[in-house]
Amino acid sequence: MQKIRVIIAKPGLDGHDRGAKVIARALRDAGMEVIYTGLRQTPEQIVAAALQEDADAIGLSILSGAHMHICPRVMELLHEKGLNDVLVVVGGIIPDVDIPKLNAIGIKGIFLPGTPMQEIVEFITRNTHSRVGF
Amino acid sequence: MKAASPAAGASRERRGSFTTISGRPINELYTPADIASLDYARDLGDPGDFPYTRGIHANGYRGKLWTMRQFAGFGMPEETNQRYKQLLKAGGTGLSVAFDLPTLMGRDPDHELSLGEVGKCGVNVTSLADMETLFDGIDLGGITTSMTINSPASMIFAMYLVVAEQQGAAWESLSGTIQNDILKEFIAQKEYIYPPRQSMRLITDIFAFCAERVPRWNTISISGYHIREAGATAAQELAFTLRDGIEYVQYGVDAGLDVDTFAPRLSFFFNSHSDFFEEIAKYRAARRIWAHVMRDRFKAKNPRSWQLRFHSQTAGVSLTAQQPYNNVVRTALQAMAAVLGGTQSLHTNSLDEALALPTEEAATLALRTQQIIAHETGVANLVDPLGGSYFVEKLTADLEEEALAYFDTIDRMGGMVAAVETGYPQREIAESAYKFQQAVEQRDKIIVGVNDFVNPEEEPIGILYIDETTAERQLAKLNRVRQTRDNGRVRAALDALKQGARGSANTMPLLIEAVRAYATVGEMCDALREVWGEYEETPII
Repeated sequence: MQKIRVIIAKPGLDGHDRGAKVIARALRDAGMEVIYTGLRQTPEQIVAAALQEDADAIGLSILSGAHMHICPRVMELLHEKGLNDVLVVVGGIIPDVDIPKLNAIGIKGIFLPGTPMQEIVEFITRNTHSRVGF
Repeated sequence: MKAASPAAGASRERRGSFTTISGRPINELYTPADIASLDYARDLGDPGDFPYTRGIHANGYRGKLWTMRQFAGFGMPEETNQRYKQLLKAGGTGLSVAFDLPTLMGRDPDHELSLGEVGKCGVNVTSLADMETLFDGIDLGGITTSMTINSPASMIFAMYLVVAEQQGAAWESLSGTIQNDILKEFIAQKEYIYPPRQSMRLITDIFAFCAERVPRWNTISISGYHIREAGATAAQELAFTLRDGIEYVQYGVDAGLDVDTFAPRLSFFFNSHSDFFEEIAKYRAARRIWAHVMRDRFKAKNPRSWQLRFHSQTAGVSLTAQQPYNNVVRTALQAMAAVLGGTQSLHTNSLDEALALPTEEAATLALRTQQIIAHETGVANLVDPLGGSYFVEKLTADLEEEALAYFDTIDRMGGMVAAVETGYPQREIAESAYKFQQAVEQRDKIIVGVNDFVNPEEEPIGILYIDETTAERQLAKLNRVRQTRDNGRVRAALDALKQGARGSANTMPLLIEAVRAYATVGEMCDALREVWGEYEETPII
């Protein structure tokens, strides 16, 4: 069975990486191939990593409030590169009012503080099925 | 041992493990047998006496209450200036500046990584012009200010000094704190710019400069707060923070400073988490360990060098986005632990901080929480009320023992800079963070409103939104500064800074000149990036 390949990325200037690292480890323990980009990645670097690693999913960890600037840019670049089937999920501090806006640009999963790791594992597994051909 | 015979008690006990939030097993009962080896004079001493386990002041809070210092900052300097005036009017007794990520990372608002970050997590300060606005109408000679700034600490501190000078306040009279703790950035919060050894140089430059010119300033706030937030246990927070302290003192001594000239100005910053007694024991252990370190390891002679003073903040990581009013209760209990542990100053988090920066109402309620503890509960009437408790004394001794074991490990690695370079504390913390998350998932640890007592029908609360035009307005201001300043003077000051950084000159006077010329934070940080390069960590998951 082919492993799901996930990029976990920390865009922007923020260095609070506890959540990104815990999730990266949980996904790895769940049998996925996890590539953690490290800190301070520009949208360009994140999309380049997704292309190079042939990623099935990208998980963005954003706590700083910059999500409405970073997420649209990532989606735009993915479309430009023709990576329309890469699942994009976001975890972090996202105000309720921004959730529909993020959904509207194609971000399927938005995980707020307190989300069980298992829920994220299941969401990514379910939404990458068609791509990895389970 | 009388307590906790599992076979006898098991049938009567609740489900779940009896451990602290750090995973430390706790007995059913503590008795004199647990503290049989405790010697009052040697291990505790009266408050105000070595080793200061019971506190650094003989009369505790009867002389002076802790400083109620609420961390605040957002958007433009103008907006934050208004919030400061409101906090001072509400009875706050000190200021505490939160900067935004571009400022913290030494980037101007026009840098590509500043996209969406200007004014979001704190106030944006790009040049002296912003610092002038931030403290407009606030007498820097009459208040104390804490500034949470690390990699660009020297640049921001230089701006503060120049604003004070403009107001006519003598540097000798200024009092406050810069966080200036780069080791915990490498370990936990990751807001580093330069490699560790060059970063340490900036810090020892500040020690030397302040010992001579700003003698009442706290030159560093050696911080466990962020280490704990990143997932460390209480013992790890204690151990890594104090071992960082040892590293700074060693670097100061190695730079040729007499330990007693700078050690009295070192201060600490701890987390106040949810496990009530473990936190109180942690503060008591910290004072005892530090007193011994300074007297025995560094041979400091001045008792002020032996006394560990600390700020504390309730645990941001314990706040939940679910049922946010529960956070008021969490914060009150955590604040009580910090007070019973003898904190010198305290920040209480606001109920909405798992969702956004706090609203004015939420920030006021957080301050009121401290005022209620200070004036209504009676806990500030006496010193160290839990001293002598079998449990608290045993826990204090156990935490001390664990911290000292970590010291040995890190000493063997060649010190904290070397340990950080190999990723040792980073790995220890990531491991603890993952274990805690698993305990939550397995419901071995209960978080009310998150994995138990959940309310599916929650009404959202009103939160603070940062004006999205902040970046635009700060950018316009930056352009005006660049057009009106003497750019020749800026270039000369930045060249002199680079020259000094290549050699061994103290960087502080060079930065003060650059600040006076209205060089920006980004320009000053870039000048040093050119000479020293940038640090990149190897991510550990």
